[in-house]
Amino acid sequence: MAPIQRSSTLRLTGLLCLLFLVFFSHGFASHDAVSEKSSETIQEDSRSQANSTAHKKTFPVLSFNYEHVRTPFEISLWILLALFMKLGFHIIPTVSHIVPESCLLIFVGLLVGGIIKATGEQPPVLDSNLFFLYLLPPIILDAGYFLPMRPFTENIGTILMFAVMGTLWNVFFIGGMMYAVCQIDAAKLAHVDLLSCLLFGSIISAVDPVSVLAVFEEIHINELLHILVFGESLLNDAVTVVLYHLFKEFAHEQAITVTGAVLGVISFFVVSLGGVMVGVIYGIVGAFTSRFTSYSRVIEPLFVFLYSYMAYLSAEIFHLSGIMSLIACGVIMRPYVEANISHKSYTTVKYFLKMWSSVSDTLIFIFLGVSTVAGPHTWNWIFVIFTVIFCLVSRVLGVIGLTAFINKFRIVKLTKKDQFIIAYGGLRGAIAFSLGFLLNNNEIKNLFLTAIITVIFFTVFVQGMTIRPLVELLAVKKKKESKESINEEIHTQFLDHLLTGIEDICGHYGHHHWKDKLNRFNKTYVKRWLIAGERSTEPQLISFYNKMELKQAMMMVESGSAAKLPTIVSTVSIRNVQAKGSPKPSRAISKSREEEIRRVLRANLQNTRQRLRSYSRYELLNDALEDDISEARFRKQKEMERRMSHYLTVPANRQETPPVRKVFFQPEHKVYTYDDSESPRGRASPSCADDVSELKETPEKPDQSSTPRANRDAELKPKEQDDQGDQLKVSRCLSDPGPNPEDDEDSTFLP
Amino acid sequence: MGASQTRPEHNYDDLTDKSGFSQEQIKNLYQRFQQLSGNHEKISRDDLERIPALNNNPIRKQIITAFFDKRNQHQNDVGSLDEIGFEQFLMVMSHFRPVNSTATEEEKVTVRKQKLRFLFNMHDTDNDGIITLDEYRTVVEELLSQSGAIETEVARSIADAAMLEVASTNVPHMAPDDFYEGITFEHFEQILKGIEMESRMSIRFLDMNTATMRCGKLSS
Repeated sequence: MAPIQRSSTLRLTGLLCLLFLVFFSHGFASHDAVSEKSSETIQEDSRSQANSTAHKKTFPVLSFNYEHVRTPFEISLWILLALFMKLGFHIIPTVSHIVPESCLLIFVGLLVGGIIKATGEQPPVLDSNLFFLYLLPPIILDAGYFLPMRPFTENIGTILMFAVMGTLWNVFFIGGMMYAVCQIDAAKLAHVDLLSCLLFGSIISAVDPVSVLAVFEEIHINELLHILVFGESLLNDAVTVVLYHLFKEFAHEQAITVTGAVLGVISFFVVSLGGVMVGVIYGIVGAFTSRFTSYSRVIEPLFVFLYSYMAYLSAEIFHLSGIMSLIACGVIMRPYVEANISHKSYTTVKYFLKMWSSVSDTLIFIFLGVSTVAGPHTWNWIFVIFTVIFCLVSRVLGVIGLTAFINKFRIVKLTKKDQFIIAYGGLRGAIAFSLGFLLNNNEIKNLFLTAIITVIFFTVFVQGMTIRPLVELLAVKKKKESKESINEEIHTQFLDHLLTGIEDICGHYGHHHWKDKLNRFNKTYVKRWLIAGERSTEPQLISFYNKMELKQAMMMVESGSAAKLPTIVSTVSIRNVQAKGSPKPSRAISKSREEEIRRVLRANLQNTRQRLRSYSRYELLNDALEDDISEARFRKQKEMERRMSHYLTVPANRQETPPVRKVFFQPEHKVYTYDDSESPRGRASPSCADDVSELKETPEKPDQSSTPRANRDAELKPKEQDDQGDQLKVSRCLSDPGPNPEDDEDSTFLP
Repeated sequence: MGASQTRPEHNYDDLTDKSGFSQEQIKNLYQRFQQLSGNHEKISRDDLERIPALNNNPIRKQIITAFFDKRNQHQNDVGSLDEIGFEQFLMVMSHFRPVNSTATEEEKVTVRKQKLRFLFNMHDTDNDGIITLDEYRTVVEELLSQSGAIETEVARSIADAAMLEVASTNVPHMAPDDFYEGITFEHFEQILKGIEMESRMSIRFLDMNTATMRCGKLSS
């Protein structure tokens, strides 16, 4: 218990310190605002006097000028607060098991807002501009870039149905019912007209991707439900945008004409398809650019971010759906960009996106809390309560109705449990708040804002907190541990082709037929343009396999040098599988390949800390030295560094289950991360595969500890022996040690 | 409706029971069958090979062979046929029927086994009940056959790695000199239990005739 107590007191002190900091800075800010003028004038005087006559005032050795750095300073403080909160919640696991992070963050925001208000300052409100332009895009980009494409495309019909029809239903139901409520005399809401109610409906109906992500991430629900709710939250943006603008415009005119309605429908298609198109254009341009970025690897990640951000902004210029544009850009760009950029850049992109979206997410919830305190509020019991009730009711009705319709078209039907989770997962969030904030200032606005905030709080707190126990209670299927295996990959592809073939024999053009056509189109035309070098012709199975082997190699090395041997489960090695007496297939391994691998293994046996320290500088330096070093050597080195960098960015303690039975790696997308396109070695890919298997087949050294990749591991058991001895052992173990000149090459670039 | 429709109506109920398709679906499939066979009673391999869309399919040979494989007829027979009639065509197709959502767990397991069996038979070309390394290698080679100049070495190593995986999953402790014969059906099931076969390995069979383009509801 002691450590927990200690950490909790630590956290409390940290929190108090931070609150103090925030309070302090605001105090200073206000103080400074007052005294600023006077100090400025004094300084002016002193300066002018200094120029004219002798110094009347002494030169200020230490002066205080807060205004100068005020804005960036406060922004940094807020972000720091957000980060500390995030850290704090993970240090204390007990609370975060019950309460989702988003709730805690809102609570913190309330606290901070309260403190700021108590000091007499006006707490900052979640500015819509800030939200839509800076806080929202990273989250959406992160979501879109790592969107699991297979479940998304398989369920696209359902998702669109929920997103479009579901949202429309919600808008009109809530708007209509609220109008009916406003007619009740007791509510004193007669001044709220139908159009305003509809506008309110359009703001409050949309399921919010930020909240959904925040809550669903923690409950690890199965992929289907996750993608349904999440996809819906992303795609309903178009509907929201159109309806919001439509009703806002018509609120002036107090009536909707038929032409207005028709224009609205057309506008919906324009907004959504236009947004997607903008995203696609930027995505293709981005993919094309990445083809040439091999000349300057360091800036590669920036291209990804900037193109996506520009897609978002460009869509916003025309009032198209920025979210859909961003998603489309990310989705289109990803497969080609990943084939082109270096491994380090890929890692950078991944981590930056996660980082930004994490910070954004935290800031949004904190600001929501603060803005709540900021007010102004117009609390009307009837309005607020009925809003909450109708939101729930309309969501449930909508989901049930739509599912009944959709299930006719689905192969895998949605069960009642699924429907419940989908309905319950319809969380509202900051987008609704920001849209409400953008309304014109009048008395209705405050009324709406209060109701919106209440609904958001209700959904995030009540629904967010109870969804986890409900998921347990209903025994909803959880997310599968995606331990991908080469067998599953082979059979997934096999099935794809099989089903396409059967569809062709049946004679009807179904789902698989079109997917197959798209894939072939992609392979023949698009990839050639957008992917540099020979990667463009690499079939998916091979890149999958290469990637797997690479990860395995890294994992083995890691587990070896981290002094934690994976538990031995299987003693099977490749020898058991290949027929006795079958001639070992002669592998023409290129010497360079082999020494490559040997070098990788050998170098990784060294002290990892040493490598870590020199990581960043060293790599960048090498990029700069590209011209000086001979091409061949440099490529080998990059190969090694690529493997190393992957190794280094995987935290050493992330080896929950040992990869002994099946090959596994992080549940990611299929990525063309392997191999360099600059390599002139034509047989790069195949020979690597050869080498790696070759390694498996050099078992002559006694392998007492056998894991499936037994042979490599036996060689990598270094903890008892010193590194030097290991290196020799390794080089002896692997097939015939190369000629002496290789040793020289080794020493030159080992740090 | 063509003039040469010789639909033996009385057989349909029979077929419905055996294959699980609805009457509408059987009608549609029968029309397709007629189309493929050129209005004959039986389909031969050439008839299937003539389908243009199949040309781009890397595993078309295996698919076509599967239709003529007696093992897929639920008759406990082995060997292959030269021609198949409509009933056999239907039996093969029934493997791809999606499972009813109202089915019980045991039914789902049965369906899953059936589908896996079909896959297994496709790989196990010599009918000996196990997928040997060579057979598996062939599978991978065929899969990669359309992707341009791929070295057989690559296909081999992928197949080897896959085999290794199956072995280590199913028979974790083998002495260094043991030989893993091949993938048995149980091992095959085990290795693919991550993929939900009941839903993955199915296609939509239409209730209404697409040729006449009637907008009807698609069957499940």
